[in-house]
Amino acid sequence: MKLFHDPQFVIILAALLGVLIIASLVGWALSRRVSTEKGCEVIANLNTRIKAWWVMVAVFMLAVTVGPVGSVVLFALVSFLALREYFALSPTIRQDHRILIWLVFVILPVNYVLVAIKWYGLFTIFIPVYALIWLQTRAAIAGATQEFLDRAARIQWGMMVTVYFVSYVPALLMLEIPRYSESGQNFKLMLFLVLVVQASDVFQYIVGKLIGKHAISPHVSPNKTIEGFVGGIMLGTLLGAGLFGMTPFTILQAGALALVICLMGFAGGLVMSATKRGSGVKDFGALLPGHGGIMDRIDSLCFSAPVFFHLTRYFFT
Amino acid sequence: MIIEFILIGLMQLLTGAVAQNRGFSFEPSTQRIYYANHTSHLDTLIIWGLIPRSQRKHVRPVAAKDYWWASWWRRFLAERVFHAIPVVRHRESFHEDPLHDLETALAQGESLILFPEGTRGTGQNIQPFKSGLYHLVVKHPGLVLVPVYIDNLNRVLPKGELIPVPVFCTVSFGSGFTLKEGETKADFTARAQSRLQALAAP
Repeated sequence: MKLFHDPQFVIILAALLGVLIIASLVGWALSRRVSTEKGCEVIANLNTRIKAWWVMVAVFMLAVTVGPVGSVVLFALVSFLALREYFALSPTIRQDHRILIWLVFVILPVNYVLVAIKWYGLFTIFIPVYALIWLQTRAAIAGATQEFLDRAARIQWGMMVTVYFVSYVPALLMLEIPRYSESGQNFKLMLFLVLVVQASDVFQYIVGKLIGKHAISPHVSPNKTIEGFVGGIMLGTLLGAGLFGMTPFTILQAGALALVICLMGFAGGLVMSATKRGSGVKDFGALLPGHGGIMDRIDSLCFSAPVFFHLTRYFFT
Repeated sequence: MIIEFILIGLMQLLTGAVAQNRGFSFEPSTQRIYYANHTSHLDTLIIWGLIPRSQRKHVRPVAAKDYWWASWWRRFLAERVFHAIPVVRHRESFHEDPLHDLETALAQGESLILFPEGTRGTGQNIQPFKSGLYHLVVKHPGLVLVPVYIDNLNRVLPKGELIPVPVFCTVSFGSGFTLKEGETKADFTARAQSRLQALAAP
């Protein structure tokens, strides 16, 4: 395993395992101490989140260890599972079936193959231009005109968020950053993005639970508070700055990018909450216990990945 | 065995379905009739796959003879993988009893999966039940009926389509019930239908 000769990777892995072990112990201790019904519920929710974190860390680390192909396959699978949840809550009709087949079995694989073979030019426009044109044309050929624009928008939005945006995470592997990419360190950029965005999520949750008072958007997501937002973003940014050693960035650059990542992560989470509310569901699925579904985990990643990718590409390659 | 494993794995990948036990538990194992709404060719597979493996070999789906025995591969799946029991939907003569094979299986202590609507609906509404369920229960009083409501599966594979797409599905198992003493055919069928209907609401 070449990766395990990379000291930064080993440190991150050890730190993650340490945090998870501590979190599991704290969760276990709390579950023995609380007695109120509401407290039990919060702690049970916390513990299922921690368990799901174990699974996510294990899967992600396994994929990274396998190498670039592992990451591409992992995120292709994530897109597939996210689409599965997305379709469950956006009402497509019978006549959309063939379009969905195109999306799932042609567009999704082609998009990830483009990432794998590092064809940047085609990758960036394949979905927004060609796939969009073809899917809408195919829908028109299918001939069902009822709510045509609604259906078109739903499928288009699902494709952008669950396939295109998500694929920007493994796309980080295709960037050619001087004095960094030659030695195959790009996977640490992926790690940086995922760590910062997910940690910021967790920080927002914890700070919000501890001192949160004022809801940011009570209709969309009653759990998101101004206190949680400010605290979570600040802590996420600090974490990102602290992780600068694993990136090609200076400490200030890493902090600035982490700030953007956190803000985009918040935006993604908010938009997905609104999407869910609009469809009358609280969680996307029950795939990971306590974590809602895949979409609930990656919502913050969806928006931050493409922005992080393009900023890094513009300024550092 | 391998085919069973692959089919259930694919099903899981496409639907992510877990058995939602609403007043129902697979344990302890008893003889049951699972009856469900019928919206897709995959209905049988999803229910069958969610039944614990130890019980699965004693659960026999009921399948339309005119469809499942129409080509070699469907027939292979029906006979070798699901151990399905063929039923004739359109009887040619009135001498043969369409439920005969089902009764034999019940007499042997096997459980059944069946779709009392008879044909696949659109997924929106549950069609009126046929009376087969009642005729089976009358001969085996005490037999437990379990309503199973399948949601979204018709969107995975609608009528007339060959390739399935991934959509998250829910499969709700309701609490079991038995025929009441002196219950008429109409009353029983209506009760069975409303038990299933009740599961349609989240």
